[in-house]
Amino acid sequence: MSTQIPKQTEKADETAAETETDAPSKGDERRAEKRRRADERRRQRETEEAERAAADENTVELRVFRYDPDVEGKQEPRFDTFHVPFTKGMTVLDALMYARDSYDSSLTFRHSCRQAVCGSDAMFVNGGQKLACKTQIDELEEPIRVEPLPHAEVTKDLVVDMEHFYDQMEAVEPYFQTNEYPDGELEEQRQTRENREKIKMSTRCIWCSACMSSCNIAAGDNEYLGPAAINKAYRFAMDEREGEDVKQKRLEIIEQEHGVWRCQTQFSCTEVCPKDIPLTEHIQELKREAVKNNLKFW
Amino acid sequence: MYEHDVVVVGAGGAGLRAAIAAQEEGADVAIVSKLHPVRSHTGAAEGGINAALRDADSWEDHAYDTMKGSDYLGDAPAVEALCKESPEEVIQLEHWGMPFSREEDGRVSQRPFGGLSFPRTTYAGAETGHQMLHTMYEQVVKRGITVYDEWHVMDLVVTDEDDPADRTCHGVVAYDIQRGEVDGFRASGGVILATGGMGQVFDHTTNAVANTGDGVAMAYRAGVPMEDMEFIQFHPTTLPSTGVLISEGVRGEGGILYNENGERFMFEHGYANNDGELASRDVVSRAELTEVNEGRGIEDEYVHLDMRHLGEERILDRLENILHLAEDFEGADGLTEPMPVKPGQHYAMGGIETNEHGETAIAGLYAAGECACVSVHGGNRLGGNALPELIVFGKRAGHHAAGKEMGEAEIPTGKRGEWEPAEYEFEVDVGAVGDRGPAAADGGAVAADAEGLMEAEIERARERVEDLLTRKGRNHAEIRSAVQETMTANVNVFREEEGLKQSLSDLREAREAYTEVAVSDPSRTFNTDLIHTMETRNVLDIAEALAMGALARREFRGAHWRKERQERDDENWLKHTLVSWNDGEPELWYKPAILEGEAKTYEPKVRSY
Repeated sequence: MSTQIPKQTEKADETAAETETDAPSKGDERRAEKRRRADERRRQRETEEAERAAADENTVELRVFRYDPDVEGKQEPRFDTFHVPFTKGMTVLDALMYARDSYDSSLTFRHSCRQAVCGSDAMFVNGGQKLACKTQIDELEEPIRVEPLPHAEVTKDLVVDMEHFYDQMEAVEPYFQTNEYPDGELEEQRQTRENREKIKMSTRCIWCSACMSSCNIAAGDNEYLGPAAINKAYRFAMDEREGEDVKQKRLEIIEQEHGVWRCQTQFSCTEVCPKDIPLTEHIQELKREAVKNNLKFW
Repeated sequence: MYEHDVVVVGAGGAGLRAAIAAQEEGADVAIVSKLHPVRSHTGAAEGGINAALRDADSWEDHAYDTMKGSDYLGDAPAVEALCKESPEEVIQLEHWGMPFSREEDGRVSQRPFGGLSFPRTTYAGAETGHQMLHTMYEQVVKRGITVYDEWHVMDLVVTDEDDPADRTCHGVVAYDIQRGEVDGFRASGGVILATGGMGQVFDHTTNAVANTGDGVAMAYRAGVPMEDMEFIQFHPTTLPSTGVLISEGVRGEGGILYNENGERFMFEHGYANNDGELASRDVVSRAELTEVNEGRGIEDEYVHLDMRHLGEERILDRLENILHLAEDFEGADGLTEPMPVKPGQHYAMGGIETNEHGETAIAGLYAAGECACVSVHGGNRLGGNALPELIVFGKRAGHHAAGKEMGEAEIPTGKRGEWEPAEYEFEVDVGAVGDRGPAAADGGAVAADAEGLMEAEIERARERVEDLLTRKGRNHAEIRSAVQETMTANVNVFREEEGLKQSLSDLREAREAYTEVAVSDPSRTFNTDLIHTMETRNVLDIAEALAMGALARREFRGAHWRKERQERDDENWLKHTLVSWNDGEPELWYKPAILEGEAKTYEPKVRSY
């Protein structure tokens, strides 16, 4: 893959040169010059890295998806190769950060907490949805292929547009509702340990959207709520503090045309969930609740 | 340009609570954050929320513990507000559905935490912050509060009167990360900064990569002093390889610290004969490093935290998240082996100077949460006191900015109260470098009215982005690493004169290097190179103020230890450190700590555990 890249870059350079004849502004010129230098640097870097990798076995090879609608030479998606020195305990995120800070500062990915709780860095690693920060390099086969999440629009490099995911999450009235609170001042609602245990796993969701990306149904039906949103609905529907009438409303939401009945129980969401939430089980349980509920009204 | 009554910068615990409060008071409120709200680092908080909920407990006891923990540098009016209002805020969270851990009778569980005289830490497993963050974001969704996510706020829009006390904040300018455009957010009621921690000033930290102290640095450049910046909490139990936090909850539940010889050193070497592992965090961190420095560390680097004796059932019930973290980030199985831990930067006690209503010295500018210094934590924060601070002072700032009548504050801001200049002379230059480049002084723009001021600031921010994108120069990453290295080497748990001076001279070099910084990614789409480059400027401003405060304070108080004077000096140092940017010529000054509470005065005592 990496051997093809210089060719693509040359082509990009020509395009850049053509554009410039069309009354370029000073800023455009400087940016174009910058791009040319960046491309040169990239070629040089890849050669140097490959040489170093040949001399030193303790590096890891990453092939990273690159795309930027804004930058000539990156408008056609491509893969860049990075050779990163391996250190014990290194994660895919560590390797990406190293590549960015040492080789190419335009390499773009979301990340923040580095400890699997902010849910920013779900990506497609060697063909599976993973959180980059909790995926150990030494458990992967090389070269490691890092791509943005499938079934989402790519914004740039490994960054995808999350708007659709957020819309689905917010479509299930994802907030606690009850009609009655305890009377006393500073009185909490009571909740049994068993009930808290029942909803515990569902409350662990970090909105990374790995499940949505892995789901065939969501890929084919853009309106399908998807595993994460249904899990969010489960979290409230099963919470005994909400009360029966609210639960009725919740069941109506999840029973809609693009709700639980779309799930074909393929377990792909459950397999990729980095927080081990039994998503498919939760969807199945809601289906059973819905059936029970419908029978009650017959 | 966007217009709202109240603009909240940051969407973690304090920002979300502030937005909800402002909306409850009838304000049109918007949240602007460089991350989507659920990505905020409040989500990583593990241990819990202190609240005096039970009859056997009282807010007065909580306040006493907090003042003692602060090493008497907390301000009593703020501490008492925290302890009085935390219970109702915790119950509010429960009423919003937060899944707290429960007792057999269905009530919210509480556990012991370091430095507390009563088990008053409410929690949700070892993922309390995650549950709190998501619960509050649910309320934001429910209320339809506008969120501008993935917008990086670049600077505040503040008038430029000579005296910061006469200035007014009218809004912020921000960069839309997705689309690459600069725009302005006008706030007629107020701007609330809730930008969280600044852990990226150090290289071994529990903080997120996004915790670059943006709000603190912006307020500082606009004329608000930074307060007590030298007080940095190093958490005693972080994983050695990544800095990932292992909650104090482990010790709260009975976890034990051992050195290489298998000695329970907290007792056996006399660091805390009464409380042992549950002494205050600064005490435990120093104990661990002393063990390592005296050759009793494991691999000369860390100590062991053992929770095996708690049993699988209790661990799974209350600390399950810890098992995942130790496994995923250190390869240790907490059920069958002790976990390696060492101190890591965790929390900034200092920050933007505010009063107990969240107001800063500049009209229309508020701050709440970790970025602010009210001050409730003084020299050292107790475990379980950060999350209540977010909700209590987030709410207060939101209410005040929305116009709620809250009476006169007791804590003076800026130089309005009693103050004294520092006598310390710094040997190296500090502050702005020359008069060019992005590190030049940021004064406000001159304009006749707020509208004109907004326009001028937007234009200035656009020029800055254009300049960074087109100029030639060096990458910010090496500059940021240089800052982190010197801060970790010289301004860490143990501090001495020479090292602190070294840090200031290293920081000067880094500042000079930053005048040549440039962004190599030319893209207008999701340019993280640009964002990180702007953040590094903030990291620089904060590191410098922190090192200045640390060098000048020759005493040992709370988390600030000085080799030259290893004891607390109430005679000379019972006072807050303040650093003002002063349009590029930083000025160090002091104001007294307020120990007079509502009904009692907190007399400084020897702090032993």
